[in-house]
Amino acid sequence: MSRPHALLDLDPAVVRRARALAARAAEPVVEIARSHTTVSVERATLRLAGLSGADHERVPWVNHLVTAVRDEVGLEHGVTTPVYDALLRGEAPDLMTLAQKAASGNVSFRLPTGREATAARRAATKGVGGGLRTIDRSRATRERLIRRHGDPRTKPWIYLIVATGDIHEDIPQAQAAAREGADIIAVIRSTGQSLLDYVPEGATREGFAGTYATQENFRLMRAALDEVSTELGRYVRLTNYASGLCMPEIAALAGMERLDMMLNDSMYGILFRDINPIRTFVDQRFSRQVHARAGIIINTGEDNYLTTADAIEAAHTVTVSQLLNERFAKEAGLEDWQLGLGHAFEINPEIPDSFRMELAHALLARQLFPEAPLKWMPPTKHMTGDIFRGYLLDGFFNLVGAMTGQGILLVGMMTEAVVTPFLSDRDLALQNVRYVMNAASGLAEDFHPPRDGFIQTRARQVLSEAVDLLDRIVHDGDPAGDAPLLAAIADGTFGLMKRPPTGGKGLDGVCERADDYDNPATTALDAWTPPAATRHTSTEGVVR
Amino acid sequence: MSAHIVRPYGDTTGDGMVQLSFTLPLPHDKRAEGAALQLARRMGLDPALLVHAKAMGPDFTFFVVYGSTTHLVDVDDVHVVEREYPLLSAKDANLSIKRQLRRKLVVVGACIGTDAHTVGIDAILNIKGFAGEKGLEYYREVRVVNLGAQVLVPDLVARARAEKADAVLVSQVVTQKDAHIHNTTQMSAAFREAYPAGQVPILVAGGPRFEEGSEAALGVDRIFGRGTTPGEVASYLVHEMTRRKAKTS
Repeated sequence: MSRPHALLDLDPAVVRRARALAARAAEPVVEIARSHTTVSVERATLRLAGLSGADHERVPWVNHLVTAVRDEVGLEHGVTTPVYDALLRGEAPDLMTLAQKAASGNVSFRLPTGREATAARRAATKGVGGGLRTIDRSRATRERLIRRHGDPRTKPWIYLIVATGDIHEDIPQAQAAAREGADIIAVIRSTGQSLLDYVPEGATREGFAGTYATQENFRLMRAALDEVSTELGRYVRLTNYASGLCMPEIAALAGMERLDMMLNDSMYGILFRDINPIRTFVDQRFSRQVHARAGIIINTGEDNYLTTADAIEAAHTVTVSQLLNERFAKEAGLEDWQLGLGHAFEINPEIPDSFRMELAHALLARQLFPEAPLKWMPPTKHMTGDIFRGYLLDGFFNLVGAMTGQGILLVGMMTEAVVTPFLSDRDLALQNVRYVMNAASGLAEDFHPPRDGFIQTRARQVLSEAVDLLDRIVHDGDPAGDAPLLAAIADGTFGLMKRPPTGGKGLDGVCERADDYDNPATTALDAWTPPAATRHTSTEGVVR
Repeated sequence: MSAHIVRPYGDTTGDGMVQLSFTLPLPHDKRAEGAALQLARRMGLDPALLVHAKAMGPDFTFFVVYGSTTHLVDVDDVHVVEREYPLLSAKDANLSIKRQLRRKLVVVGACIGTDAHTVGIDAILNIKGFAGEKGLEYYREVRVVNLGAQVLVPDLVARARAEKADAVLVSQVVTQKDAHIHNTTQMSAAFREAYPAGQVPILVAGGPRFEEGSEAALGVDRIFGRGTTPGEVASYLVHEMTRRKAKTS
């Protein structure tokens, strides 16, 4: 049975207008993304071409090579043309050797012309094609394993976090969590990784409140979850973060190492990490194109709007962010089933009718994005350290998840804001989820908010505030003539944080593309269309 | 005298009842339950009552234990740091700043190190505030510069100088392996290096993991822990500003 329709009686004209405004706000920004490149996009391209590893000081070879090319010929033509030209000229037998020589200043790069340029580009296309094929193969492997082991038998999928800092500790914890019922394992990254302008290498055992995202850590964890998937007869998904300054590289590594979901928000890095807006949008488009091709489900970060602002007053900013995330994602080639749009249970529980409002907000997201596997995130801001009350709050959070057919449920811990979860916290949290889902998931069938009642009215109000805000964004402007969305970000429209396009971290890694810019990865990704018979994993049929 | 001796209160005065939950790395069987009871007794619960035991996977068991604790607490032996300054309303704080400084009090705030969690600093600084109290941005006579997350110490010092900061607030929420201590000592050392002696701004560190009374070790003037409200911070800043003014004039 498909979802009962029109639970909220939203005016289709208003919904259309919201989407049209989001598209209008996104368009000039997409144009900027298409006309710029970044050091991280270029490094990701080299990673697709098979360059990995780092020097003895742990500086990755892709960083060395991009820096060398940038210093000598600039990045505006793309890194691959000078790099493959150098290989064709016999400067080095392979990328790794070339990078090593470049690091010690023993190679000179140039921008080839004519026939030599064509040859370099052809060689680059072949080289980068290898990585893209690895991504395609990983996608096919995932689809095969899902056919073999099966998807979780019920929705929402249960999403659990591990975060010890040590990949070799994470692995048994992740396997235990899967055995206890997790459908998705997220390995939280070490705090601060988003601001590193390189991807660390190798298996890591030292992290702060999380574990570094590295290719080797990805590989180790995916292999461990494959093992446990076979044991459990259920494909256990792996999540990490494509965010921060290395978004494109992490996306490429995730695609190649068959991660299944990636945190990837259109504006999170700008607003909450003070990363330059242009850098973010350029990096993000590339990373989303990779995710689209890799069959990865993205998770967006709307919960952040609610933890930094009042969850009632800021409810419409979640909707606006979801609409923008949807627009940017679709433009990059992602399909509805890949959009884990986020929202969270963060209304102050002291406020009367807080639960009804949570229901209204969650239903609004469900109705606006019927095909997307929405990601429902637990309370954090009003978890006080009173674990008993927190356990109850998580129960109500789970109940909203059950009643509104969420696709992905991040399991709330009663020890949120107290300690990293104990083994027993996780067990209790899963008992909480199971009890609520067993007892009440059928409620979605019975639950129809009355026409023009509290829930319908509240949802419509939030939607109309979202439309107003989108309208203000597309009409925003600044003296510099920036894209309206950039102007809006600059003047503090989102989350009260003012982030001008000329500020923030990573700006010096942005470069406008020249007319002869060539990047075989972006060329291939721009031309890529999803396979016709794509695996449909939408949550549409949640209500059983 | 006995009025100063306390025991936990379950449902009867003096019953000493506490509840406790923990996990042992043992499969759930009789021996595991015995081990749990033995642990509880060693923790001073006598009699201890095992009310719940549940296997969590093949290797772990979760226990809930109730029991009467044999320990007593003499309240006279409890030493705490009492607030040494009066709590001011926003209006009184504003008045005091205006009278003493004849300009706005400049507060620069940041999360330093790798900590990206601005909840603490935002709760104190943002107009939105915390626990029903408005943040320092709300104070007419306070100018707030909130630098946000993952601010580098040299940047913080430079900005504090550029803004002529009277006070610098740093927040450390998520921390591991004592990162909050390293970050804070590094921060206070950088300020002492950058400023002439006696002119360092009021340095305040906040976060749930700081130990009360460790100001001297960290090189800061004041530490605030979990549950601190903007009003307490504002009152402290006014108090400290007054004290410093009295010293110099």
